[in-house]
Amino acid sequence: MTDMKTKASASPVPTKVAQERRSMRRLAPIAAVLAGGVVILILSYTLEPFRNYQLATVGAYFCVTAGLTVLTGLNGQLSLGHGALMATGAYSFALAQNKWLSLPLSFVVAIAVTTLAGAVIGLAAARLRGPYLAGLTLAVAIVVPSVTSTFDETFNSDQGLSVVLDPPPGTIPMERWQAWLAWTGALLTVLLLAFLVRGAFGRRLRAVRDDETAAKLAGVNIARTQVLAFVVSAVCAGLSGALFAVLAQSVSPGAFPLTLSLFLVMAIVIGGLGSLFGALLGAILLVALPTFAQSVAEQTGSHRLEGNLALVVFGVVLIVVMLAAPGGLASIRFTFIRRFRRER
Amino acid sequence: MNQFVYLTFDGLSRGAVYAAFALALVLIWRAARIVNFAQGAMAVAAVYVAYSVTSATGSYWLGFVAALVAGLALGVIVERVVMRFVDHSSPLNGVVVALGLVLVIQGVLGIVYGSEFHPVETPFSRDAFEIGGIALLSRYDLFVFAAVGAVVASLTLLFTRTPIGLRMRAAAFAPDVSRLLGVSVGGMLTLGWALASAVGSLAGMLVVPTELGLHPTAMDVVFISAFTAAVVGGLDSPIGAVTGGLIVGLLLSYVSGYVEPTVAPMAVLLLLVVVLLGKPGGLFSSSKARVA
Amino acid sequence: MSSALLQVEGLTAGYGAAPVLHDVNLSVQPGEIVAVLGANGAGKTTLLRTLSGLVRTTGGRVVFNGEDLKGTKVEQMVRRGIAHVPEGRGVVTELTVDENLRLGGLWRRDQADAKRALDEVYELFPALAQRRASAGHQLSGGERQMLALGRALVSGPKLLLLDEPSLGLAPKITAQIMALLRDLQKKKGLAVLLVEQNVRSALSIADEGVVLALGRVVTRNKAAALRDDADLRHAYLGF
Repeated sequence: MTDMKTKASASPVPTKVAQERRSMRRLAPIAAVLAGGVVILILSYTLEPFRNYQLATVGAYFCVTAGLTVLTGLNGQLSLGHGALMATGAYSFALAQNKWLSLPLSFVVAIAVTTLAGAVIGLAAARLRGPYLAGLTLAVAIVVPSVTSTFDETFNSDQGLSVVLDPPPGTIPMERWQAWLAWTGALLTVLLLAFLVRGAFGRRLRAVRDDETAAKLAGVNIARTQVLAFVVSAVCAGLSGALFAVLAQSVSPGAFPLTLSLFLVMAIVIGGLGSLFGALLGAILLVALPTFAQSVAEQTGSHRLEGNLALVVFGVVLIVVMLAAPGGLASIRFTFIRRFRRER
Repeated sequence: MNQFVYLTFDGLSRGAVYAAFALALVLIWRAARIVNFAQGAMAVAAVYVAYSVTSATGSYWLGFVAALVAGLALGVIVERVVMRFVDHSSPLNGVVVALGLVLVIQGVLGIVYGSEFHPVETPFSRDAFEIGGIALLSRYDLFVFAAVGAVVASLTLLFTRTPIGLRMRAAAFAPDVSRLLGVSVGGMLTLGWALASAVGSLAGMLVVPTELGLHPTAMDVVFISAFTAAVVGGLDSPIGAVTGGLIVGLLLSYVSGYVEPTVAPMAVLLLLVVVLLGKPGGLFSSSKARVA
Repeated sequence: MSSALLQVEGLTAGYGAAPVLHDVNLSVQPGEIVAVLGANGAGKTTLLRTLSGLVRTTGGRVVFNGEDLKGTKVEQMVRRGIAHVPEGRGVVTELTVDENLRLGGLWRRDQADAKRALDEVYELFPALAQRRASAGHQLSGGERQMLALGRALVSGPKLLLLDEPSLGLAPKITAQIMALLRDLQKKKGLAVLLVEQNVRSALSIADEGVVLALGRVVTRNKAAALRDDADLRHAYLGF
């Protein structure tokens, strides 16, 4: 409805109202991120340490789901390898941190390394479509953790590495500090992605997704757009992995199993593909659902339900959502975009 | 030289299993245009059934038969209950649903059987015969060759020599025309899934004892090898799948033997990348783009 | 009326919400060739696809051989005695000539009957007999049409639904196929519902013609009368 009004008021000579509206739209992500920051700050002071830790985990997940939803939802590339990219970020962070003991530098190293990894995979991915891309990235997700055994002097095999962190500044408790770090990363990521998606880059992403031939005719460089999209989302995954290293204060291959990559796909599908808000919902679900399953497991006293129940629930939800949405992924995307437009 | 001969036979034996598993992937791809990413999880489920039956009865062979039956049944269930309702407007839909199945199956197996590794026995000795001082093959290797050979031969006969095989091929290539000629296309699709799932289960039965043991994720790496095999041969080509399987088996064996066992998965990944980028249609086809 | 092989009454059908066919009435007597004529988009192909169950019927009824076809699945049509040769011929190009032909007879309980029908088709089309082992995609357009027609005959139909057999074929081959249809009609009493753009050839062999425009029947008449009706030809058939 509002869409119609916007058009009606914007179609004549660019009026002051239309200009204001445009700058409002540009400012909207900043406002949202600022508001989010305030909420997180308040939460971090009111929540008990364990909840703060969960809050931090949501933030770390949000980084990667936001990047993945842009890649899959807006550019149409399905990556099952983002768990491996997270592992790449986490290990680079751990190695840098243990060597130089500088948090900012370690984040920079993690991001630089995953940019490189993302570019390599993205170059291959840009030439692949559908199940072939899914298969390749799945192979990456399964094979990359085995690297830790091959170069066990550097990565220490299955035991992994512990991460040395300086104590938080002042009297800030560790969990609150972790929540701040994670959400600083998440909100910056989202801000960056929101601007990218709303600009010319976002239009190119969608053009390539919807019709490659038409996009090519319109002068869009398909391969470059796809590689860029992959790199952007790889950077988000790398940052997320680094944040997980900060949270766990250790890294090990067991923290980045194939199921992690599958969870990420589930999170963005359920949230609504291509939506940053959906990515947030997915990130919350990734923390809330296992916690819920855990409490069910404790109540029933069956330790086999631990972890496994969450798998079943995630799997069933993913299948049901996919089958219930007519048209599958495309309609999940579509309903969201309509919702998004209405909001604007 | 001795080592080379040994590694070659070992690689062919492994490769035979990958060939069977790749064949299962190709069967479903040809019938439904879906790469069944749940194939590994489905096969593990069937092997768990065999594990239960063998534990209860003490008979490996009863377990073996149970695995094949469970595989058939699982294929029917997956196709009838889930895959039939997948929207085919984008190939990603089938992929994502299959991934959901992976989560469900692995979760259920973990709940029922726990997440520890169960060692699985082989029906025949895995000690290799020596001929002229060179270790060649074990009885188990021979069993693997025989089982996979039998599967390949019966599938070939089924598809090329029987009316049901003709119906299955027609239904896959031209669904509407086949229906007009009285072929139950839906039934053929279910049958295809059932067969593929049973073949996958057989591959699972053969490969699990040679790896770390039975675990909900036991087939993850095997799946990658088999997917690579199928891609190397071209997803549309059964002969390609078998050849691709043998190639991947040999590669794994040589890399494990001459370099490092932990490098082997990376070698497979490298092969996959090289084939996908270098020879996009697989080694046995002439098509150009990997647009599914 | 009741002696008709195919009786279509008030048939309405289409894809999705908007119907393509509106209140179509026509009938085919045993051993009769009826040509369905009309411009592109008149609904000719949809008519055939509705009769064989590929398109949903939303109103009216179809009676074949005394039985209402309502609820009959596509797969069942061949058992009732309806063979549909779809537009673009529907040869399964990945299968060989022999496999394509055998496909037509698979529905039969008695495979000896199927074998007999297969041999007859090879006699009818010596060109196909020579190319038994060739894949469908290796055939020429004319050969494909023969194969599609032959495959329909193997299924032993009472009624043949034939969609644009002349499409993309040289006039000489079109003439051969039309002659063949007339032969089959005479020798075996085969009834044909023939959809054609090539009005001249269709009317040359048809007993009756039905003219469709925008999904409605505008005229039903003897083929000879349609040939001679200059106004109608100009208005709907373009010659």
